Amino acid sequence: MINNLKRVLMTGNEAIAEGAIQAGCGFYAGYPITPQNELIAYMAAHLADSGGVFIQAESELAAINMVFGASACGVRAMTSSSSPGISLKQEGISYIAGAQLPAVIVNVMRGGPGLGNIWPSQADYFQATRGGGHGDYRSIVLAPSTVQECYECMPLAFSLADQYRMPAIILSDGMLGQMMEPVLMRSHKPLAISHKPKWALGNSKGRSPNVAKSFYLREGDLEKVNLLLQKKYKTIEAKEQRYQGQYLDDAKVVLVAYGTMARIIKSITHKLRGQGKKVGLLRPITLWPFPVQAFERLALGKMAKKFLVVEMSAGQMLEDVKLVINGRSAVGFLGRLGGGMPSEEEIIKNITSLL
Amino acid sequence: MKKIFSHPRSLRKVTTHYCPGCGHGIAHRLISEVVDELGIREKTIGVAPVGCAVVAYDYWDFDCSEAAHGRALAVATAIKRVKPKTIVFTYQGDGDLAAIGTNETIHAANRGENLTVIFINNAVYGMTGGQMAPTTLVGQKTATTPKGREVKGQGYPLKISEMLKVLPGVKYLERVSLHSPQEILKAKAAIKQAFLNQIQGKGFSLVEIISPCPTYWGMSPRQSLNWIKEVMLKEFPLGRIK
Repeated sequence: MINNLKRVLMTGNEAIAEGAIQAGCGFYAGYPITPQNELIAYMAAHLADSGGVFIQAESELAAINMVFGASACGVRAMTSSSSPGISLKQEGISYIAGAQLPAVIVNVMRGGPGLGNIWPSQADYFQATRGGGHGDYRSIVLAPSTVQECYECMPLAFSLADQYRMPAIILSDGMLGQMMEPVLMRSHKPLAISHKPKWALGNSKGRSPNVAKSFYLREGDLEKVNLLLQKKYKTIEAKEQRYQGQYLDDAKVVLVAYGTMARIIKSITHKLRGQGKKVGLLRPITLWPFPVQAFERLALGKMAKKFLVVEMSAGQMLEDVKLVINGRSAVGFLGRLGGGMPSEEEIIKNITSLL
Repeated sequence: MKKIFSHPRSLRKVTTHYCPGCGHGIAHRLISEVVDELGIREKTIGVAPVGCAVVAYDYWDFDCSEAAHGRALAVATAIKRVKPKTIVFTYQGDGDLAAIGTNETIHAANRGENLTVIFINNAVYGMTGGQMAPTTLVGQKTATTPKGREVKGQGYPLKISEMLKVLPGVKYLERVSLHSPQEILKAKAAIKQAFLNQIQGKGFSLVEIISPCPTYWGMSPRQSLNWIKEVMLKEFPLGRIK
């Protein structure tokens, strides 16, 4: 762990690992896969120094189930991988959601489907925001767009996971994971809230035994658990929406993008504003809960706005934007697939056609 | 007057869901007796499998975790690593430990995790309706081997305990059986040894328990005990493997 308050040049993957350690992560299990290998290597080098446990697991399946075990003991636990490996973890994430355990899962997305390639992509949005595994469940999904944010989203992810006892996913991508930026280290003390749950396994002296499980065989019991989960998800949808807005007040065209894509859109927005063009940026930080409140405010505003969703996918977040806009405004889309990224020229051309 | 026999503190007084003649109830009780005798109930964490023993935590009166099918040793590895003072064991069937979870079994053993593994081998998948297990005998009829297991295409009974013997991380391997009172006493002694090894920090210990499944062997409880003795033990000989 880095102990001094200073700027450190690091990759997005390393910033996530350092952010996790400073957030009090006590357990990490992972399996190598490109482009997230800097993360597992950073954990191998530094987690033990902070009193945490690092395990290179025999598979993605073992890694996520190790996270289940550590989390069941009340220890802040995380794993990381990239798209194909995250697909392998889905059964385990479903169990974690069902057993109501906190856990943080990092997906440094790459091109798919299948083995795809190792280029940056945003094509795992559906998988992350719709549950991904079997059953009616959700994960909190955070999308950093700078290396600084990679570092800062980790204490938030652990705190939210602990508070709501559920999986929190960091949706990064190969570009953000590999790029280096200076990161301002905020503190050398654990950043997340304290965590000593009553439900944790361990020394059972003076209490009745605790059981970590997602299995409810008796008629009606599983429905009750599911209703409890849904109630929790409603609370999160109401209280935990996060986004960043730029030039939204008078924007005629609102660009919607997250993560790496939002970085590019941000600089384009500045450029076009310099030319007097009324464009704005709405960058969701929580992909689930999706920041519908921000869109509602824009849709109810007096000025007629058009939306342009830009993604490194075939249009996945686009569906969430369309759901909230619900036909009240035009929603356009620009995307590149399989590890491609829309060019600045292409994006500006699309914006200009809407202005 | 000294009380020499009673219901184990670690075993809840609940109605069994197991079939008549099933070995799981005996194995659950043996573990409970050992946990009581070693005085470790308050620091024991059991990891239940997927299979007939999926609700083992409804019988044991100590902390437990579930595990996805085959992943008990991954869950147990993490529990023991983050809570090294607890006593952690997995309870797994042949499908869980030797088919879907073979990878976790071999790697937890190879890492020399200081864990206790109770491996129930009844040569069949019980919970799903009697399909072929990795340990099903050649010629044994199951729901998925209606003509009996054939070597060609279905292979041989997998001897996972013998396979684990070559791994330096493994400290103790013993195969025991539940087919007679004498063998049950030996089974208990082996379970106790496997827990003691963990308490003494010796490393990975596994006890394979040959256990009857009258329902899916198509036998009476009495016949199934004889079948273990006369047929199954020829394939799976008892005794210390390592």
